[in-house]
This record gives sequence, C-alpha cells and structure tokens, in this order.
Amino acid sequence: MPEDRPDQDTRPSPEALLQTAAQEKRGRLNVFLGAAPGVGKTYAMLETAHARQREGIDVVVGVVETHGRQETADLLRGLEQLPQRRVAYRDRVFSELDVDEVLKRRPQLVLIDELAHTNVPGSRHEKRYQDIEEIRAAGIDVYTALNIQHLESLNDVVAQITRVKVRETVPDSVLAQADSIEVIDLPPEDLIKRLKEGKVYVPDQAARAVHHFFAPGNLTALRELALRKAADQVDGQMLSYMQSHAIAGPWPTRDRIMACISPSPLMPRLVRTARRIAERRKAPWIALYIETPAHDRLSDTEKTQINRALTLAEEFGAEVVTVAGSNVPGEIIRQARQRNVTEIVVARSHRSRLVNRLRGTLTDRLVELGDGINIHVITGSSEAESWFGVMRDRLAGISPAGLIPAAAIAFGVTGLVKLAEAWLPDSSIPLLILVGVLFSSLRYGHSAAVLSSVVAVLGYNFLFLQPLYTFTIANAENIYTFFVFLAVALITSTLTARIRAQAEAARIRESRTASLYDFSRMVTGAAAEDDILWAVVHHVAATSKAQSLVLMPDAGSLAIRAAYPPEDQIDDKAKIAADWAWEKGEPAGRGTGTLPSSDWLFLPLRTAERKLGALGIRFPEDRPALGPDERRLLDALAGQAALAIERSLLNRDVEEARVSAETEKLRSALLSSISHDLRTPLASIIGGVSSLMNFDSRLDDRGRSELLQTVRDEAERLNRFVGNLLDMTKIEAGAMQPKLDWVDPEDLVATAVKRASPLTQGHDIRIAVAPGMPLLRVDYILIEQVLINLLDNAAKYSAKGSAIDVRLRHDGSHVMLTVTDSGSGIPVAELEQVFDMFYRVKAGDRQVAGTGLGLSICRSILKAHGGSIRAESPVADGQRTHAGTRMIVTLPVEDQPVLPVEENPAHG
Amino acid sequence: MADGAKILVIDDEPQIRRYLRVSLEAHGFGIVEAAGGQEGLRLAALEKPDLVVLDLGLPDMDGQSVIARLREWSAVPVVVLSVRADEADKIAALDAGADDYVTKPFGTGELLARIRAALRHTVGASAGVAVFTTGELKVDLEKRQVLLKGEPVKLSPKEYELLKLLVQHAGKVLTHQFILRQVWGPAHESDVQYLRVFARQLRQKIEADAARPQLLLTEPGVGYRLMVE
Repeated sequence: MPEDRPDQDTRPSPEALLQTAAQEKRGRLNVFLGAAPGVGKTYAMLETAHARQREGIDVVVGVVETHGRQETADLLRGLEQLPQRRVAYRDRVFSELDVDEVLKRRPQLVLIDELAHTNVPGSRHEKRYQDIEEIRAAGIDVYTALNIQHLESLNDVVAQITRVKVRETVPDSVLAQADSIEVIDLPPEDLIKRLKEGKVYVPDQAARAVHHFFAPGNLTALRELALRKAADQVDGQMLSYMQSHAIAGPWPTRDRIMACISPSPLMPRLVRTARRIAERRKAPWIALYIETPAHDRLSDTEKTQINRALTLAEEFGAEVVTVAGSNVPGEIIRQARQRNVTEIVVARSHRSRLVNRLRGTLTDRLVELGDGINIHVITGSSEAESWFGVMRDRLAGISPAGLIPAAAIAFGVTGLVKLAEAWLPDSSIPLLILVGVLFSSLRYGHSAAVLSSVVAVLGYNFLFLQPLYTFTIANAENIYTFFVFLAVALITSTLTARIRAQAEAARIRESRTASLYDFSRMVTGAAAEDDILWAVVHHVAATSKAQSLVLMPDAGSLAIRAAYPPEDQIDDKAKIAADWAWEKGEPAGRGTGTLPSSDWLFLPLRTAERKLGALGIRFPEDRPALGPDERRLLDALAGQAALAIERSLLNRDVEEARVSAETEKLRSALLSSISHDLRTPLASIIGGVSSLMNFDSRLDDRGRSELLQTVRDEAERLNRFVGNLLDMTKIEAGAMQPKLDWVDPEDLVATAVKRASPLTQGHDIRIAVAPGMPLLRVDYILIEQVLINLLDNAAKYSAKGSAIDVRLRHDGSHVMLTVTDSGSGIPVAELEQVFDMFYRVKAGDRQVAGTGLGLSICRSILKAHGGSIRAESPVADGQRTHAGTRMIVTLPVEDQPVLPVEENPAHG
Repeated sequence: MADGAKILVIDDEPQIRRYLRVSLEAHGFGIVEAAGGQEGLRLAALEKPDLVVLDLGLPDMDGQSVIARLREWSAVPVVVLSVRADEADKIAALDAGADDYVTKPFGTGELLARIRAALRHTVGASAGVAVFTTGELKVDLEKRQVLLKGEPVKLSPKEYELLKLLVQHAGKVLTHQFILRQVWGPAHESDVQYLRVFARQLRQKIEADAARPQLLLTEPGVGYRLMVE
C-alpha cells in the first residue's frame, strides 16, 4: 500500500491545514465530559465561565439546568442569562435554547448545558448539538456538558454495562470536533455518596433504574470509558497538530473497515461496532450492501432494517456502497480487495442451522476466502434473529395475488395433460406438466414457483400414478419418480423465478441509470436557465412521484423559480428548511436531522464554486421514508442539476461580460465618432463664418462664395450626422416601429434620388426600373432613408463624374433594389463588417468622411421590414466584373391590394 | 403681389426669429415676431398679418391648437415649421388648417417658395383661374383639356379628377387623406394604394421622365404636391 512517507515529506498535509483553517473561523467547542450524572459537570462549567468572565471574555448563559441544586444556582449569579424560547407541545410548555437570541446577542462565549438534549418537535433542529453547530458556525465559542453514555458509538456498550438504554445520543463526530474536552472526574464512591445526599438529579421515570445504574462496578466502567474517550481525543488532536506542523512521527497504518449490511435486527449494533473500530483505528470505513436477487423477496421490516443501517452508516461518516450480486461472500471479498479493506464486520447469519450446515455459514465462507482480512462477527440473542421470526415476516410479506393463478395454472395444465393422455407418450407427461410450472414461476415469482411445483406434483400423483385418483403411491419405482419429479419441479421453477427476479432487479437498476442519464442529457442539452430548472423539477417530480420545486436566491432570499406541479408558495417551516439547505449546503426538512417536521425535503443545489439554491421534494403523506438508494438518486439528480445550473449561470456571466465589453467598445467608438464628426463640420462652419465676418473686405466674390458653400455643405453634413445618430438611438432603444403603408417603389427611388441630389452632385445617377413593379408595403420615410444612405455612400466612395446605377427589379415575391458605384470597392473580408456600427473601410491614405452608422442603420431598417441588405464587390455585370460596390436591398412583396376599376377609362 | 406682405413669425427660438426676420425682410416682407403661442394669437388679431409662419414646437402651447384657435376666426395662410420624422404632426397641422409646412433645417429658397405658394393660393383661388400652366403642362379646367408640349393627353376620369384637384391647389401640399376623400370619397380615405397607382399612371402621362418627376412630387409620409413655376 503506498503509504505517506512523512519523514521525507515535511510539508504540512493540505487536509490538515484546511481542517485547521475551517476550525479557526468557527467558534471553539469545549465539552465538559462526565461518566455519569451528578459528577459536577455543570458546576465545573459555570466555575470556568466565571474565570473566563474575569479575564474579560463576554460570557452569557444560553441554557443551564440547575436541577434545583443550590450550589449550582449560586454560581449562575453574576452571569448574563439569555431568555429561552417557550414552546408549547402536547399541552405542555417547554423552554428551549433560543438559537436566534444567541446569534443576535453575539457573545464571545455561550454556555449550553446538556449536549445530548433532544429539542421539542417543531424546533429548528431535532437535536441541541445541531443548534450548537449553528452557533459555532457563527464564530461563537460554546461550553457544553455531556455524559459518556450519550455518545452514539458507546450507546450499546453503556447499555450492556448498565442495562439502561439511553435514547438521546450524540454522534461521535460532534465530540471529535470539540476543541477541548475536560473530563469531570469523581471517584465512584464519592458519586454514590452525593447520590445518597440527594445531590444528584434523577428524573422520576428513571428512578427505578437508578439503583442499578449507580452500582460501583458500572460507575467504574463508565469512568474508564469517559477517560479513554478523552485520551483518544487528545491523541487525535496531537495527531492533527503533528500533521499540520509537519512533525514526523509514528503514523498509524491505514486501516480500512467494511461493515456488511444484511437484513438483520443486529444491524444498528453492527454499524456502531464498525464505526467504533474505524474510529479507534482512525480509519475510513465502508458500509456495503450486496443486493441479491432475493432482495425483492425481503419483508418490509427487513428492507427497513437495511435502509436504516445504511442511513445510520452514512451519518457516521461511512462511504455507503450498494452493489448487485448473487454470490454474497464472493462479492464481499471482491469489494474488500478492491478497496484495500483490512477488517470486515458481519452479523451472524440468521439462516436456519440446516441451511448453514448445507451451504456453510457466511462467516465460514468469508474466513475461507478473505485471506489476510480480519473478520469480526456480531452476534445477538437468538430471539432477535430467530429464523422462524424472519420466515414469519417474509411469509407475511408474500402477496397471495400470484399464488392463486399459479396454483390454477399448475392444476389446469395437469388436467389438460390428463385429457390428452391417450395421444401422448408416457415419458412426455411429466415434462409437459413441468412447462406449466415453469410458466407460472416465470410469471408470478418465487413463492408461486414453489406452490405450483407442489400442486403439479400432487396432481401428477393423483391423476397418473397407480393407484389412480388417490394420493397414495403403490410401487417403489413410482415413489422414486414422484420425488425426482418434485425435486426437478422445485429446482427448475426456483431457478426460473430467480431469473425473473434478477431480470426485474436489472430492469429497476437499468431504469434508474436511464433516468439519471436522461436527466443529465436533458439538462446539459438545455442552455437557458429556465429550461434547465423546468427540466429539473419535471424530472424529479416524475421519477419520485412527488411534488418538486427549485428555489434560488433572488435579492438575497430564496424564491421559487420552478415547480412541478406548479406551486408559488411554501409555508414558513419549509422556507426555513430551504434556507438551511441553501446556506449550509446540507439537506434539511423531512427525513433529515434539521427541521424534520416539515413536509418538504430540501437538498442543497451547490457546486464546489457556489451555493445555487435548494431542490425541494414533497412526497405524498402516506409514502414511507426515503431509502438510501432513493436518497442517493436524488442527491445525484441535485448534483447534476446544480452543475447544469452553474453552467448556465457561467454562460450568462460570460455573455454579460461579452456584451458589456462590446457595449464599452461601442461607447468609445460612439464618443470618438461624435467628437470627430461633430467637430469637423463645426470647425469648418465657425472658421468660414468668422472669416466672412472679420475679413469680408479682403475676400473677393469667389472666395466669399466658396466659404459660404463650405459652411452650407458642412452644416448639411452635420444635419445628416445628427439624423443618423437619432435613427441609431431609436433603433437601439427599440423605438423604431415602421409605419407600413402602400408605396410605389419607383416613386420612392425618385424622391430619394431627388433628396440625395446635393450629396451626389457631380455623379451621373442612372435609374432603371423594370416594368410592372408591384407596390410595397413599407415605411416610406425609412426606406427612403436607406436609399439616401446608399446613394451618399456610392457618391462618397467613387470618383466624381462616375456613374451610379440605381436599379429596381422584382421576381414576384421580392423587390430587388441595387445601387452600384464604380469606386474602389470593399475588400472581400470586410463585406459583412461594413454593416457593423462605426465600421469604416480603410481606404488607403484617403480618409473619407463618414460616420460608420449609415449601413448599420440600413440593415436595422430592412430587418424591421423583413428585408435584407448585402454588399457585393467587385461588381458582376453579366459575364464581366468591374471594380466598385453594389449594395443589394431585398424587400418582400405582399399580396397586392385591390384597386378600383374605372368604368370609363378614356378621357380626352 | 406677394412682396410687401406682412408675415407673423411665431417661434420660441430667438436665433430662428432673427434669421427669418433678416432673410424675409431682404425679400421685402414685413415681419412681426412672437415668442409663444399666446402672444402669436394676440398679434395675429392685432396686426392682421397676410401669412403666419408657425413653429410646431412651442413651449407655452401646442402648435396644433394655435392653428385651431386661429382658424376659429381667420383664414390667414399658415406655413408650419417642423422637424423631420414628425410626419404625423405635419399631417395633423395640415388637417387642422395649416396650408403648408417646411422641414427644419431648411434653406431660405424653400421657405420663400412655400410662402409664395401659400400667398398666391389665397389670391389665385379668389381669381378663379381656368387655365393652369407649369413647364410643358397646360391644364384648361374649363374645357377639361390637358396638353403636354401642346399635345392632348388622354386621362381616365379619376386621373383627371386627381390632376384637377392638384391644379386647384397648385404648389401646396395635399395630404393623402384629403386627396382620397375628394377624388374617391370618404369611404376610401385610407386607401393609399389607389393614390400610388394613379399617381404613377398620371406621371407616365404628364411627366417628361416618369422616373424623375418634376411636376407631381411625393411628399414622403404626407401627400403630394404639384409644382408651380
């Protein structure tokens, strides 16, 4: 096994550093650990608190139970006590720690007694240690107290020692995260003395057990447990310190523990044992369940046992693995070898002794196969795992639905064969009956297989074996035939049923995989966030047969973004659970440790990068709690969904960045354009006019008229520029609404050419109109503007005196308008770019005054009309091409309007 | 006949008023200035101008209502100044009773032509001229005869009616709606396609080059105008 070589690598391990970093931000947890009630944990805690307060630390009391002890109550004086939450539950009022009050008050240190306390139902968290987690997460230090028997992994051990089963437990991980543990140690005899003096609080209902609990032997054992736990913790802290400070030292070898989950009431103990071994060895551990074809035949009780065990293991930090297989010991060893497991924990098989003798016990097989792997076997009382009890449960779980038709088929087939007996060879009779048996086992499963085998064999005996029509068998040969037939029927039908069960299991797994695959394809296919969200809720609702919704933050708080079936609000409790899932990144609500009384289960939608929201699922009231398989499927769905959502958010971010960069580019282009295109004509105008005003006497007539001409031309240029800017602004603001009306394209060309005539002076404008032009339904002003812009460009980019051709053609569905010049043309690479805003063709050293807006405006206008514009350069004329640019405008032709018919057309 | 006429200029921009005063006075017009609609209406009553030049964008009141108020008691010709792309405003002003419009920015020549056409129209209408001549075109309203370069032109009844309407308001812009109502009746007020087709037919008969009309001009988005010499 490739083990860390710390003596060579002296860098701190990253995990250790990360853990240290995470703990630095959190509030510190100080646990006062006692072996039994009455050792003085609360007292010690309060004393320490006073000492801290004297050091100037801001200390408040969240919850402290004095249990009526005067000396404890005295110590409370001088410490600020926060108000508690009053909760009514079943006609009684309980006071509970008010987490919000603590968070609001924000002390440096808060005292919260009784770590193992279970909150009244309806509280935010089920357990007090979860409250403490939240408070610590806010950076507040916590002092708390705990008796050793409340520790989850020691729960069974303590129960065995004291015969008192404690219901309120705390996961070991809570204690493991404590920054310091103070063991409040009191010798057993002193404690017993205190008990006798009445200084130990004992709840009424436990009074009976007290006598036994406080036996000196018990107390000694508990004391040892507490001290050992604290010592373990010190070891752990030392190890963590050494790792994070890169101190070389003796490192524990990497053990790996595997707990084999099977349908057995021993499972909780098996899980706890595995966890305890793993913890003692500081080893990771795995909970493995082999889903055999027999899984479907398990009773509900057994299935629940398995689900609970897997959930518990997951809570205890195990990696949960479920694999399908039929050879249980072989599969266990295969998995163990694959994962470098060093210890396997199994429960003793509950199969009957007979079966064990025939097949060998699981333990035997594991020992045989698992060379080099230690096998731990958990045993329990015979009552708990009685084979009879298990079978009774299983039989209770068999549905009679398949049995009746199965028996009927076996019966019917046997009868039919009897009727056809005369035509059948004797040897084929049992085989034909067997076909019926196989059919019903294939159809109705395992129990039906057994039943139909029995029915068929009995029927065979009754109808075919001498003496006929009795269940007795006359000769020895027939007895032999009878049993062979029974054996064959049972074996073949059971095998058939097993194939059916395996096929069914494979089908379910297949459908689960397919579902996940479908989902991932669906969400990766959808690009828009809304599509993804809809796919998520729809898919979750469909696969879980439940209501589903996605909440995502909107202005700081969660809001429903998608729901299926549609839902637009959830109750406050669900809201809090959703917030919890979102903020903490942990599941909350129904079936979890946080706010379990909510109807909804919320899974966090989060990726490594960010917290995206929460996925809510509400199951119908009568549905049992989710199995780990279903939970894992949902977790996988939530993970997929989160990735897909993040992807769409990233896409949006990228798009926004791109748009903003483009806007920025556009803005600077606009500014430079405005400053250049406004100032140039203004400079000519101001210059020309001031010359005219101040130096009129020195100017001759020609000079004067030239200046005046310049002023007018430049003013008109300014006017056009402002017009373009206005048009562009309208387009950008989406305010350009073409006012459609019937227009004669020929008319339009004529007015445009006329209006553009000051711009095209010196050019020969040639107009060619094809006959029978249809009317167009366009905005006259806008299309005229397009034409003027095109004429302006044609004149600007071609030599004075050259011709500009304007042609109008139509092909029934479109009108084509072309403006062709014989200028230098546009480089092929820029034919499209010329339509971009502020784009100007660089014409060598000759900078032609232009705004770079005209063509962009043309394109926007034509787009609004369902038309198009493109540029062609050089220009093709029949077979020949020549230099220049041709702008091709295409406009759709609508159905022509009805025109009046004149009765008497001639008039003279 | 138009020279010496008194013109009331209603515009809130002092620069525009100054430009108009200098340019128009140079052509022999008498100028009265008003900076707002209220003042303009008061001066119109007081000074009895022969023509009003009215800017549609006034600060104190809407140009349309100035025209409407003026029309309550006066038939004085009104030439409106407006910016381009406000075709709806122009049409509304013409409907309210304005005689013509000039789009800002404009050259002095254009404004003078509009002013003269508007002044002539008031004079011409009362004179009841029967024969109209512009360029190569001669229209004898009495004889219902149309001659181009001395040759008779055959027009359909609607073409003739259209031409007659334009001749009667020669030099003035006529809105689509107005022409359609007069020639085809109120039911066809919005059938602009009629007008497009007949204008094209008419141009082919009376223009020297239909692709570059010189007589029957389109006023984009507003209507048509028959040019006068």
